[in-house]
Amino acid sequence: MKTMTRKTTTVAALAGAALLMTGCELPIGIETEQTGYRGLGMEQVTKRHLEAMKRSGMEIPDPERPAAAAGPRAGDIYENVKVLGDLNISEFNRLMNAITAWVAPEEGCNYCHTPGNFADEDVYTKIVSRRMLEMTYTINNEWTAHVGETGVTCYTCHMGNPVPENIWYEDPGFKQAGGFAASRMGQNLAGTNVASASLPNDVFTPFLQGDEPKNIRVTPRTSLPMGDNPYNLVDAEWVHGLMIHFSKALGANCTTCHNTNNFPEWQTSPPQRVTAWHGIEMVRALNNQYLNPLQPEYPDYRLGPTGDAPKTNCATCHNGFQLPLDRAQMLKDYPELNRVNRRGGQPEATTSAAADDVEAEAVEG
Amino acid sequence: MAEYQNIFNRVQVQAEPEAGVPLPNGDRERIGKPLLFYWAGKLGNAQIGPIYLGWTGLASIMFGLMAILIIGFNFLAQVNWDVIQFIRQLFWLGLEPPQAQYGLGIPPLAEGGWWLMAGFFLTTSILLWWVRMYRRARALNMGTHVAWAFAAAIFLYLSLGFFRPILMGDWSEAVPFGIFPHLDWTTAFSLKYGNLYYNPFHMLCIAFLYGSAVLFAMHGATVLAVGRFGGERELEQITDRGTASDRAMLFWRWTMGFNATMESIHRWGWWFAVLVPITGGIGILLTGTVVDNWYLWAIDHGVAPSYPIVHPNVEDPAMLQGMSQ
Repeated sequence: MKTMTRKTTTVAALAGAALLMTGCELPIGIETEQTGYRGLGMEQVTKRHLEAMKRSGMEIPDPERPAAAAGPRAGDIYENVKVLGDLNISEFNRLMNAITAWVAPEEGCNYCHTPGNFADEDVYTKIVSRRMLEMTYTINNEWTAHVGETGVTCYTCHMGNPVPENIWYEDPGFKQAGGFAASRMGQNLAGTNVASASLPNDVFTPFLQGDEPKNIRVTPRTSLPMGDNPYNLVDAEWVHGLMIHFSKALGANCTTCHNTNNFPEWQTSPPQRVTAWHGIEMVRALNNQYLNPLQPEYPDYRLGPTGDAPKTNCATCHNGFQLPLDRAQMLKDYPELNRVNRRGGQPEATTSAAADDVEAEAVEG
Repeated sequence: MAEYQNIFNRVQVQAEPEAGVPLPNGDRERIGKPLLFYWAGKLGNAQIGPIYLGWTGLASIMFGLMAILIIGFNFLAQVNWDVIQFIRQLFWLGLEPPQAQYGLGIPPLAEGGWWLMAGFFLTTSILLWWVRMYRRARALNMGTHVAWAFAAAIFLYLSLGFFRPILMGDWSEAVPFGIFPHLDWTTAFSLKYGNLYYNPFHMLCIAFLYGSAVLFAMHGATVLAVGRFGGERELEQITDRGTASDRAMLFWRWTMGFNATMESIHRWGWWFAVLVPITGGIGILLTGTVVDNWYLWAIDHGVAPSYPIVHPNVEDPAMLQGMSQ
């Protein structure tokens, strides 16, 4: 009897130890692909169950039937068509149908339009979506260094949701005692943005908006101190937090973009890093030029805890994929999106007041 | 062979607790009524107490308590005195050192002042505990090997939180108090200073750390293995053939061609353990002060090989656009 108990205990202890060592994850369905020179750990790790989970809720809608080639222009027929006026009405209606399916499949046309008076400008979603069409055009035409030929459509981010699932607001974290109490200094809570590390939590505010974002390049590029590197360890923690977001948003490893023997070196980096660099620039530009200036348009319930507009980061489009929508090529079926053009002169001036406020807080963040 | 016939055994003898050898004149008595605790006997000695606290011990505990209270209450304040959040976030919460703008000066309490204070109290506590260890060893007429080994660990602790920040000129380089915060600090340290794996003192530190574990396992296993021959009488047996010590040495001489002696194995263990924090501390002190990027340093000095470029034409886009990110 005693031997039995001892055997059972041993088996239980062994099983427990095995479970602990594998971090409660079965060592099956994990694939490692070599992506660089041997012996450097340059590899992409994929886990089958995570890949399946990412794809489980994703559906790529079938393209709408092609529009008639000719016809009167929407801008001449309908009232208040400001950015899609150059499309003929067939193309215009095709795109409107597509957008409804992409963004507001349940709410329908009335999500952006007043029933009975589609020209009405009172619904905030209409103002926002007009600006989003211009943003889509800008992404596909000015940021090909990041989006390539695949480009983006509304569906890339929205995926059938009126508000994309992965957006961000400035996050002051939850309330802390005032007075003499030591400040958290923006870190040291389990941060969802940084994969539950206690790194700085709101890594987006200082890096992904504003005219003078926090510098990402903190590692010295000389072997010996030259006295010209103004960055310290805390800066490195902020950058590390941002990089964890990249990794999580794309389902990528550090080695997707970096040769980790020397993170800052470009010469030994995979080409994905160049694409990512343009992505960072793009996200900043989109937040500054399109998303933050829309702040006055939103009703209160769409604003963040500090009253800021919803904004974009890598996860907004990537949703866990290195190539958004798992490589689906949707833009090629919608040439209408590349004909967004504001009629009657200049694009709407961006209001920078909101962006300035945001920045002032970022510095304190 | 029944276990009780081996002097190295797990049999617990329940008898009158032992009071310990007499203490030197002027020392207080050991305090507390000793008791025998069965489950403690499973891990070590079943007898708990009596204990000698003395004024260094008492002061050390007071200062240590002060540091822990400062850290703990600041954690609690950081979650707005919410006890549930305090428990949930305990591993994440941290007390951060002052930011760089304060240099080595005294910052406001909320911005690092508490960190400086907690650091002062904790350091005082640790140093007092060191004095206590040294003096207790002397009181038993022992050597002071344990105290000096502890001093090596204190050297690493002070290198991280005191010497290096002073050399760097600001407290922000120091380690925060907190479970995950200090781990994140460690990663950030390596990222900021160009990969600590290429720091030769870090390499030595790891070699001694793993080496300590191997030596510990080898020695522990050897002595247990010869316990049935009276292996605990290590030294008195080394001159005789066929004894436990002789067999232990023979075993290693046969398997490796070389063996430590029953005396030198303890020096091996001591030096390996002590060199872990000493080499580690030197590596820390050189980082950012003498070397700014360890990978580049390792390339300069032929420590790291350079590898073939697998992806040609990857260039810094900021340089191409004439702007910096």
